[in-house]
Amino acid sequence: MTEPTLQISGLQVQVGPHKVIDGVDITVQPGQIVALVGESGSGKSLTALSIMGLLGGKLRNAGGTITLSGTPLEHTSDAAMRRLRGQRISMIFQEPVASLNPLLSVGAQVGESLVAHGKADAGSAWSRAVQMLRDVGIPEPEKRARQLPSQLSGGMCQRVMIASALIARPELLIADEPTTALDVTIQAQILELMRRLREQTGTSILFITHDLGVVASLADRVCVMYGGRIVEQADVDDLFDNPAHPYTRMLLATIPRVDSPRKQPLFSIPGTVPDHDDWPQGCRFRTRCPLAGDACLQTPPLEPKAAGHLAACWHSDKVAGMIDHG
Amino acid sequence: MTLAATPHHVGSRIAKLYRIAGPFSLILLGLVLIAIFAPLIAPNDPNSQNLMGRLKAPGTEARGTLYLLGSDELGRDLLSRIIYGARVSLSVALLSVVLSGVVGTTLGMAAGYLRGWTETVIMRLVDIFLSIPAILLAIITVAVLGPGFVNVILVLALTRWPRYARVAYGQTLSVAGMPYVRLARAMGASWPRVLLRHILPNIIAAMAVIATLEFGLMVLFEAGLSFLGLGVQPPTPSWGATLSVGRNYVTSAWWIATFPGVCLFLLVLSVNLIGDRLSEYLNPKTR
Repeated sequence: MTEPTLQISGLQVQVGPHKVIDGVDITVQPGQIVALVGESGSGKSLTALSIMGLLGGKLRNAGGTITLSGTPLEHTSDAAMRRLRGQRISMIFQEPVASLNPLLSVGAQVGESLVAHGKADAGSAWSRAVQMLRDVGIPEPEKRARQLPSQLSGGMCQRVMIASALIARPELLIADEPTTALDVTIQAQILELMRRLREQTGTSILFITHDLGVVASLADRVCVMYGGRIVEQADVDDLFDNPAHPYTRMLLATIPRVDSPRKQPLFSIPGTVPDHDDWPQGCRFRTRCPLAGDACLQTPPLEPKAAGHLAACWHSDKVAGMIDHG
Repeated sequence: MTLAATPHHVGSRIAKLYRIAGPFSLILLGLVLIAIFAPLIAPNDPNSQNLMGRLKAPGTEARGTLYLLGSDELGRDLLSRIIYGARVSLSVALLSVVLSGVVGTTLGMAAGYLRGWTETVIMRLVDIFLSIPAILLAIITVAVLGPGFVNVILVLALTRWPRYARVAYGQTLSVAGMPYVRLARAMGASWPRVLLRHILPNIIAAMAVIATLEFGLMVLFEAGLSFLGLGVQPPTPSWGATLSVGRNYVTSAWWIATFPGVCLFLLVLSVNLIGDRLSEYLNPKTR
């Protein structure tokens, strides 16, 4: 088996005495698109920033290993980590318009990582940037490259951001909700673009989202995150067909379906995500889980429930029958 | 954007600048031209004394010299001294603004971006400097360094850099939190690159507004120091020093204090009005 592009195991991130990420394991194989799914506050973005080495303020890495194609990252110096960013790992964000410097031309920003790492002079970076803009489907790239971000639409700005992230051909692209701020048609185009670029360049993608529709259309594999932990991990079809964690099951039930009865109220998960300094003992979903019992006071391990299907629940066998409708 | 430097473009750029700066910019422009071309414009040598022509009223003539704005206590032509005085006022103000602006902006950006102990040291230093009365600090510094053209500039820079540091610090804090700075870091930009390429261009507008307003203040400061005898030393013509001398003759020769005062007033007024218009133009809320 080939070496995975990204292997995270036992990742922990602390703010003060509190663990906001508490034992996250994710594996991304070469060319694979892995979706990291969860509610706001579940720790998805922190996991991403932790991989990038961009945790700021009071946040710090408190344990676990991160390996990028065989290179361990957890003891890498800040300077060496900076050289990896934009070259071997890139990241794109939501808010595409605000993510571009309003005073720099689009072409200069796409070529930025080449120039910043001394891989190209301004001239050749510019011509490669124009080529990259063409690759991400921007019409008239020569003209667009000279424009400012304010002259481009949100969808175009997201294409520009993708172009700047991929110009150095990184092994891994982390996409933090890149389509959240875009309307549905543009969203579909961006997802299609990412799928196509994955085919062309073989870049692995860690795709962070809370939108299960996006997951279904894009991802190969899914990691579901709750309360700073991975609670379920499976191939996308398997996860949608046979969820083995009640949280996943309930998340799926929140998706409105065309064939459900008209008068039936939309399903929602009761309660909210508890704060990271107030997590319940044992299974962190137990306070919102209809299956919770005494066993759940013990933390369930993330263990195989079927081939390639991991879940952290004592009651996985009951998940299938837990919601009678929906 | 590669605009060819055709006459048309130059013209439209000047027109745009004029629209931003407003009609009062013409006063500043006039004074700048006067300062640059002082030797060509001044009718007389500003330092040549004529003790027979002391304290002559404006428009009088003595020993073949016409005193258009009168003469001072040593019989020097006031108009020529004012014309040469513009050089002192403008160059001191410009150089001190540049020096304090560069120092203050650099330190403020470093404090705002690097945070940690850098921030603590720099910003506490700013607090300390701002708590010392500026004129007191100036007097102490001149007492140590001695008066003179270069020292006046150093003194002004020393007392004024904290203002730029404060503004640059606040601006840097807000710009550093912008998503495009986060993206630049995710692309592997080093911190000097982030500061120079992504943060500085986005805070320079605010710094320009401060610098414009400070420029007017520096003109007054230089005049004040020279008035107190701590600034540019005689016989170099300075508006502030001339004003100080004229104070002794206000009742007998009103023109000596009046004309430099009017010039100071016009210069500071025009600079402040330009500063106001600039801040209005650059503020997206009022544009």
